[in-house]
Parts: sequence; C-alpha cells; structure tokens
Amino acid sequence: MNETQANTLVVTLVTIINLLLAFLVSGIVIWVLGEDPWFALKTMLYGAFGYDEGLGYTLYYTTNFIFTGLAFAVGFHCGLFNIGAEGQAYIGGLGVGLVCLWLESWPLWLVFPLAILASIVLGGLWGAIPGYLKAKRGSHEVVTTIMFNFIASVVMVNLLSHVLKPPQEMSPESREFSEGVWVPQMHEIFEWFGIEITQTPLNGTFFFALICLFLVWRFIWYTRWGYELRTVGTNETASVYAGISVSKNIIIAMVIGGGLAGFVGINEIMGSSHRLMLNFQAGIGFTGIAVSLIGRNHPLGILLAALLFGILYQGGAELSFEVQAIDRHMVVLIQGLVILFAGALENLFRPQIEQFVKRLAT
Amino acid sequence: MSALAIELTGINKNFGNVCANKDVSLKVESGTIHGIIGENGAGKSTLMSILYGFYQADSGTISVQDKSMQIQNAHDAIDAGIGMVHQHFMLVDTFTVLENVVLGTETGYSLKKSLEASALELQRLEKEYHLEVGIDSVINTLPVGLQQRVEILKALYRGADILILDEPTGVLTPQEADHLFRVLSELREQGKTVILITHKLREIMAITDNVSVMRQGEMVAHLKTAETNQEELAELMVGRKVLLQVDKAPAKPGKPVLTVEHLDFTDDSGVHRVKDVSFNVRSGEIVGIAGVSGNGQSELLAAITGIQPLQKGQLKINSETIRPDMRADAADMRRFGMAHVPEDRQRMGLVTSFSAQENSILGYHNDPAYNGLFEMDRDAILSTCQHGMEHYDVRPNNLNLRASLFSGGNQQKLVVARELERDPELLVIGQPTRGVDIGAIEFIHRQIIAMRDAGKAVLLVSVELDEILSLSDRILVMFAGQIMGEVQASSANERDIGLLMAGISKEAT
Repeated sequence: MNETQANTLVVTLVTIINLLLAFLVSGIVIWVLGEDPWFALKTMLYGAFGYDEGLGYTLYYTTNFIFTGLAFAVGFHCGLFNIGAEGQAYIGGLGVGLVCLWLESWPLWLVFPLAILASIVLGGLWGAIPGYLKAKRGSHEVVTTIMFNFIASVVMVNLLSHVLKPPQEMSPESREFSEGVWVPQMHEIFEWFGIEITQTPLNGTFFFALICLFLVWRFIWYTRWGYELRTVGTNETASVYAGISVSKNIIIAMVIGGGLAGFVGINEIMGSSHRLMLNFQAGIGFTGIAVSLIGRNHPLGILLAALLFGILYQGGAELSFEVQAIDRHMVVLIQGLVILFAGALENLFRPQIEQFVKRLAT
Repeated sequence: MSALAIELTGINKNFGNVCANKDVSLKVESGTIHGIIGENGAGKSTLMSILYGFYQADSGTISVQDKSMQIQNAHDAIDAGIGMVHQHFMLVDTFTVLENVVLGTETGYSLKKSLEASALELQRLEKEYHLEVGIDSVINTLPVGLQQRVEILKALYRGADILILDEPTGVLTPQEADHLFRVLSELREQGKTVILITHKLREIMAITDNVSVMRQGEMVAHLKTAETNQEELAELMVGRKVLLQVDKAPAKPGKPVLTVEHLDFTDDSGVHRVKDVSFNVRSGEIVGIAGVSGNGQSELLAAITGIQPLQKGQLKINSETIRPDMRADAADMRRFGMAHVPEDRQRMGLVTSFSAQENSILGYHNDPAYNGLFEMDRDAILSTCQHGMEHYDVRPNNLNLRASLFSGGNQQKLVVARELERDPELLVIGQPTRGVDIGAIEFIHRQIIAMRDAGKAVLLVSVELDEILSLSDRILVMFAGQIMGEVQASSANERDIGLLMAGISKEAT
C-alpha cells in the first residue's frame, strides 16, 4: 500500500465512521422520542430508494446538490470559501427563466444551450463581483457572498412581483413557459426506450449534472487553468513566483462557481416548476457547502455526498409523513448531525484510524 | 571522564519501512557542548525527538543524569531537565517575551500574579546568562537572533540543565550566530550541557567539545573535536571524500546579459529598501551579491525577477529593455530568458502539497510542450520530472511524492533541476544552499559553475560569505540598500568584504 492509497483509505474510513456516528446519535434522539429507530431508518431508506417515485425525488434533489457542491468546491480549490451559491443559483435561475420566457417558440436544442449560457453569465456575474472585490480590494468573500445572497433575494422579489408577474395573477411568479422549452422529464426519456416509470420532477438535467462532475474533475486536475487555480489556492507566494496572477484566478474561480450554482435553475426552473418563482433555490446553496466538504471537494466525493443529502431530503420527508413523533424539523436535525460529525468534527477519530491503517500497511 | 548528562543505548526507531534510527548509542558528558552532525535525513532530529518525548523509540534505553528514564512526552523531558530550542521557533508573535516564557507554566487564576512572580526570575536569568532581550518587548518586533534567545530563556526558565538546539544557526546572520556561540559557551561555563544539532562543519569545529556523526540512521563516529578536522568529519558524514573547495577554471566573461540601471525599491511600509543600484552580469561569469541579510538583497532579487513590480530604474535582459510601465511579472521574465531559484524554496519555489511532477513545471506550466488543446500532457510532464530527478539525483526518486516529504536538500535539487534544465540565458539564484546538506551543496555548486562554463550569466545572492567567495568571479557588497563596492574574486579577502558589509567603504578607511 503506497502513501496515496493509504490516504484514500483513511479518508474513506473517516467519512464512513463519522456518518455512522451521526446516524447513531440521530437514532438515540428518535429512541428518546419514543419511536423505533430501526423502523425510522427502514422508512427513510424505503422512502429514498424503495419505489421508483421515491428514487426519482432523491435523484432530483441530488442533481441540485451536485451543482452547488461543485460551486463551492471550485472556489475552495482556489482558497476561497464561497458561501454565495444560494444567491448565485437564484440569479443564475433568473437567466434561465428569462431565456425560456423570451425564446419559448424556439426549439429546445437551441434554448437549452442558451439557458446554460444565461445561467453561466448571470450566476457567474453574481460570483464575479465578490471575486473582483476580493481580488482587487481584499474584501473577504465570506462577507461579500453572503451579502450578495440577500441582494439576490431582494432583486428577485422585486422582479417577480413587479416585472415578471402577469397582471391578473396574485402570486409573485412568472407565467408558465411553453411546453416546448421544458427539459424532458425522466419518465418521458424512459418512455423513448419503452420503459414506464412514475412521473417525478427528475429530469434530463441529472445527466447534465453528471457531465459537470466529470468536466470539473478534468478541469481542476488536468488542465493548466486548474493547475493555476490550485496553485493560487495553496500558495500565493509561489503563484507570484510562477507568474500566475492571483487576482485573475480568484475571479475565474468565482465565475465558474457562480455559473455552476446557476445550473440549479436549469433543474428547478426549466426541468421542474416551468416558471420563475420565489425561493426555488431555498437552502440548496447552503447545503452545497456541506456536500462539498463532506465529499472532500472532489467530484466523486461530491456525487456521493449529494446522493446522501438527496436521501436525507427525500427519505426524511417520507419519515416525517409516516412516523407521528417525527416532524419536518427532525429531518433538519438529522442533516445537522451529519454536517456536525462529517464536517465540523471530521477529525474526531482520525488519529486512531490513521494508526489502524498504518498497522494494516505494515 | 566527567559524569554523563545523557546516555542513550541501542535506540531503534522505524517509520513504516523506513529505518530512521538504527542501534544508536550516544554519551553526552555533563558540562560540555556536544555536537551531533549529519546530513539532512541522517536521523539527528528523530533521535532528539525521541529524547524530548515527541516519539517513542521502538527499543533502547535512555538515562538522564545517570538515572534510567521513560520519556513519554515533552513534560517528562522538561521534568528531567531537558530543554529544546526548535529550528522553527515556538513563540506567540503578538505576546511579550515575558508572556511567551510564562506560557504553559501559569499558576492560579490571576495571570497578573504569575507574570509578576516570573518577571523577577526571568530578569535574573537574563543577567546570569547574558541573554538580555527586554522582558516586555513584543516578539514580532524582535530580530530573529533575539527571538532565539527567548527560546533559550524559555528552556532555562523551565529549569533545563540540558539544552538541545536543532539547527540553531539556520536562520541567523553570521554575526547573530557568533553571538549565539558566545551565549552557549557562557552556558557551558555555568555547568549546563548543550547538544547542538547541525550540518555545518564550521560550527562544530568552532564551538563543540565532542562530536558524534550520524549517517543514514546510524552513529558512525564519536570524536573529540580537538582531535578531528573538517575534512574527516565531512567524509564521515557523506561516506566518501568531499571537495570542500570548489574547483573552477578562470571565467571567460562575454557580453552583458543582465544590466540593472538605477533600480530603486520602496516596500509597502514605505521603507526605502534598494537605493539606486546599477550593475551588470555578463555571459560566462558569476556575480555574487554579498551582505548581511536584510540589507536589501531580497528586495533587489524580487524586483529583478518580477516578483515585485519594478518601481524605478530599468532592466535589460539580452536585448529586452524592461521599464516600470511594462508591469512585467515573473512569467515575462522567464520569457526573456531568466531562470530564478528563489531564496525561500518552501514558501516560493515549491507548492509543498503538490507532487514532485506538478512542481517540476511550476512557472513553465503554460509552455506549449506541456499542453494539449484542453488538458495538459501528462507524459511530457512526467518525462521532464523523471529526467530532472535523475540528472540531479533527487532522492527518493518518486515522481508522485508530495514536495513536503522530500528533505531540504532534495527539495532544493527539485527547484534547481526545474530552473536549470531549461538552459536559461540568465540564472538568478538566491541562497542556493540554505538548509541544504553537504553532499547536495557540493552538487549544486558544481551545477552553478557548469552553467557559467556553458557561457550563461549567473547572479548569485547569498548571506554565506564562504559561498560567495568560492563561487563568484566578481563580488558586489550590499549595505543598507546600496552597493558599497565591487571586489574581484581573485583579490578578495574576508576582511575587506566584511568591512564593506558593515557599511565602511574603502575610501573612508
């Protein structure tokens, strides 16, 4: 076993043990509430995987978390703590919505790439401004991105209630897009192959998310731009020595992150709700931080962590529906424990596990 | 033979498959200065870490003051009267000297009370051992030499009778090092025992009573310093004969490759660091810049290599003229034919968490040779790194090892390989052998001279006067941001240069 393999084993074991711990504590809480934790676990897993509708929802949530997880990870590799995926997703979604409203008579194969472009441009812009402020003015991105989340929220409320809302409507939403620009839903895609599945919000964007995972992986570790990004993220002095512009790379990382976050809009707006509405991104951006950190900022880890949070969202909904003592907030508690153990207390058992792996190696 | 302060017998320590200490025995007499010398990676630091309780030996016994001991952690070591001064200081920068010394030994709830009690004791120690620092000075306002004194005071305050110093002169100027040695002699006279870990032969000869030599995890010799010499020690360390003097033919300088004209540099805090410096470096010669560290050499280097934007004056590299308004960065300088081995390889020359192969293209990563349309050409990078590591004998020869896991000398070889393998017209090299072991020093020096003999221009900046004297063809001496004078290497002597380094020009004397 060489160093890299040993490291991978340690990281994997650390993550698994932390997750088990989080579930153990969740189980204790459920037990204290007078319910059967084993039954709760089964209900949750059944809700997430047990039937095709549940699985559809699980993967639909997973798609969102992949985008925001990647958004955080790209910034992280450049030494940034981008907690603005929430706002970037919101504004990126605006871009998607506008393209769909304006070009609704165009064919999907043209609108889809344009919607992607629009979410990159607007989401990227929403990341670029904090990036610029950080690079040129030294304003900390944690402060500016969270401010931009609020600005995004106010901008969207105003646009939706004054500009985009059809006059006769009551709720602050845009009108529905024409069906021609909807991203095909998964049951439709399966129908092309003659397979019948239940209709869920899961749509073709899921495949796009997988492509994004792959592209980000190649970009970060296999291109010279990724190389520059990582150099800036690990050692600014060495970057200057190597003639790598620190400020340029900070802005680039924020633009890419913003664009990736904006793809939430493709899944939510173009793939599911088919209209622009308030708070379609609620919480997805923040969950992306946990997804990326638990997934160690690596696309493969992000995929698994996004799936985990998909299960928690969908399985948790099922759980609160089935078990009386457990309501919606219990699910938030479980998610919180996962973040606590896998994120904040990540290194709780690391020394022991490292020793164990070392003994295994010799 | 006087009493033994420390006796180690049969110490073994393995890290995985690597044997760091193999059946090591060591006797340190009380009231002496005992040197432990060996190349980087010879196991000196591991041995001392075992003595100080950072690691546990796999087998072997430790006795301190003739008492057999189990040292499980640093507390045990301190209780046994062992104090350690680390290579990288363990001080809180924003605390005062007193606060740093007291840190960890406070008693009761009121910090004020412990500080007051300790202040007296600390002042007594300062006087007794001539280690005056000023107990209320804040650490980050003190020069490195004084910070080191604080570390020594810390150890003494905790009642240390045996003091271990790990590469104490690595960060010091020659003057500060001399001062440290006077302090160490003082400590010896007061009956303390000092263990000095170093790889510098001169220090061993200058200060120690006894010396133990380590090589590849083993003790290869215990000698009385008075009965040995540098050549013998070097041979024992490296395991073969070493040329301490660099052999080189006379220079054949050609046309100027680098011309610096009226360069001025003021740093962010407004200090005028480089004042109207002009000189040139011709092809086929090595120009050395000598000076006590902190006299503007680093800033001069930064301005020439594009690390800092050029502020005033201009540079000519071959036919290119570089003016401040061009805002040339390090990448531009490389394009003009400059290679740069920076002073600080760990912070600047390497990204220590990257693998050796990723580091082998740092600064050259945009070279078309390494890039396809989108992705980088892994094979090209691999072969560059492989070639460099073989040619420069980097050990271990593992392309995927993180740079931080190479020893100091091998890290430097990685940097030198990267910069020299591309056959640059101009090599700018700062502190080429700082913290590098003897075998590697000899190798790096030969590479620099080979560059010169191939008709390249070399600008060498070093605070090691020996290095400047043995490598350079012309020597410029910097003091307070100015060039105090130029000396031909053939007629140079240490005394003249020393005077220039102190800011006394020839005309004045």
